[in-house]
Amino acid sequence: MNLLNDIYSVLWVDLRVLRRQWIRTLSTSLVNPLLYLVAFGFGLGQGISFDGYSYLEFVIPGIIALTSMTVSFSGAGQKLNVDRLFFKSFDECLMSPVSVYSIIIGKALIGVVRGLFTSIVFMLVGFALSPSLNIDIAFVAVLVLSCFVFSFFGVLVSFLAKSHQDMSTVSSLVLLPMTFLSGTFFSLSQIPEALKIVLYFLPLTHSSESLRAITLEQSFPWIYIFVLLAFGVFFFVMSMVALKRSSV
Amino acid sequence: MTDIIVTEDLTKNYGKISAVQNLNLNIHAGETFGFLGPNGAGKTTTIRMLTTLTKPTSGRAVVNGFDVVTQADKVKNEFGIAQQHMSLDRDLDVRENLELHARLHHIESSERKRRINELLDFVGLTDQADRMAMALSGGMQKRVMIIRALIHRPKILFLDEPTVGLDAQTRRRLWELIRRLNRDGTTIFLTTHYIEEAEALCNRVGILHQGRLIALDKPVELRQKLGLFAVETLTADLGTKYNYFPDKAAAKRYVQNLPQDLKTIILRESNLEDVFVELTGQKVSEG
Ligand SMILES: Nc1ncnc2c1ncn2[C@@H]1O[C@H](COP(=O)(O)OP(=O)(O)OP(=O)(O)O)[C@@H](O)[C@H]1O
Ligand SMILES: [Mg+2]
Repeated sequence: MNLLNDIYSVLWVDLRVLRRQWIRTLSTSLVNPLLYLVAFGFGLGQGISFDGYSYLEFVIPGIIALTSMTVSFSGAGQKLNVDRLFFKSFDECLMSPVSVYSIIIGKALIGVVRGLFTSIVFMLVGFALSPSLNIDIAFVAVLVLSCFVFSFFGVLVSFLAKSHQDMSTVSSLVLLPMTFLSGTFFSLSQIPEALKIVLYFLPLTHSSESLRAITLEQSFPWIYIFVLLAFGVFFFVMSMVALKRSSV
Repeated sequence: MTDIIVTEDLTKNYGKISAVQNLNLNIHAGETFGFLGPNGAGKTTTIRMLTTLTKPTSGRAVVNGFDVVTQADKVKNEFGIAQQHMSLDRDLDVRENLELHARLHHIESSERKRRINELLDFVGLTDQADRMAMALSGGMQKRVMIIRALIHRPKILFLDEPTVGLDAQTRRRLWELIRRLNRDGTTIFLTTHYIEEAEALCNRVGILHQGRLIALDKPVELRQKLGLFAVETLTADLGTKYNYFPDKAAAKRYVQNLPQDLKTIILRESNLEDVFVELTGQKVSEG
């Protein structure tokens, strides 16, 4: 019971912060996905059909997946990074009798909250534009999972970071390529075999493929979901190792 | 007297820099201990090891019976700390900062509010409770950091340069607070660059120099070792010279035998600052 309590205590702070600035947070984080939607969904993709679906239907789940990635990653990692390295206010957590599990899960949860918040608002926009999309409980469950994966990734990177720039370096070198390549804007079936193998090592590929399979009512994407789960566990365990080692 | 903090050959290296070297320290339960040393001496590093933030390179430290490395979780219940830097969360208001600490230390919600109000009142910050931590003046932030450290009634209180940048009134009030906490049984571990502060508050002081403990005793004992009386002679070419004597008679004899052309001669009681300067070979506050 203490574990849940502690997780909530760690999350509580960040919820207070979010409560103060949720309008700004939501509006800034929606800019990217909406631009993608307009530029690719309407602009480029007009009249194209893809694997038998309209391009809009195809691209919306991809944009939801990448939104869950970017918003969760920075939602969990950004403040943590600054608090840990620059203001050192994260010491307060480290010196309290709260376990590393609670700290990592609590800090990841704010990324999940932020990621879900933005993704769901965007999803409603997408659903309004394309009502044929199937959005059900499985979809939401995978979306939550995806948010967890990238939140843990954000926590991990902020623990490994040696400077404030490290977060944005990872954003540019890791997240941005994933944004465009991981089956978000085009189908993996169009890609050369060799590159495809590389893409299957990226977590976002599994988010977008599984979310798309559900919205387009294809066969249930068990494998993608398991791989995503494995990524989540991996990032969580690595965060634990990083946190224990960072106290040198 | 029982020792509430014991370190054995506690050492911390950062690469080639040796921040703390073979530190052997015993802090008695219930005392106010002053940790002095020039900038970079290793005071903060020592506190970071005692508060589990940093792992020692070698040696060990025990805080109220718990090892800081192998029983870090237990150690965390024993102390409160106001760090040297401003460590409040800037995105929260004062009350939220305090509440976070209370939550992280498992204080029941009914008790939480009462305790926070009591402490805010205690340092005269009740009317600042809803302001953002970032918006407070530096002295107010210090006060918030100190009461935050007290919320869970720790047995040991670490204060890393608690009175830097405080106005005279606030400093006096803080001294009063420290004395009161100490009277109520809290062991205080304090670092400071204000030697008069150490003299005013501390039962014993330790002097750290380049990572090594070079003195540890009661202030008066340290003065005695140096000489209870000091003679300052100001010469035109050599600057100020200091000489120390065990008693006033010896000091007077010395003064009488000095050549007449010296500009100024001061005969006074020695103080802890003399001890500090002699031992560390540096002025504490230049200028
Ligand atoms: N994280 C770190 N990495 C590298 N070196 C460090 C680190 N922390 C401290 N040091 C070094 O260890 C030494 C002791 O630093 P410390 O902060 O303990 O000094 P201090 O006695 O608290 O000084 P001050 O009076 O200025 O606060 C310094 O040489 C400092 O540069
Ligand atoms: Mg220091």
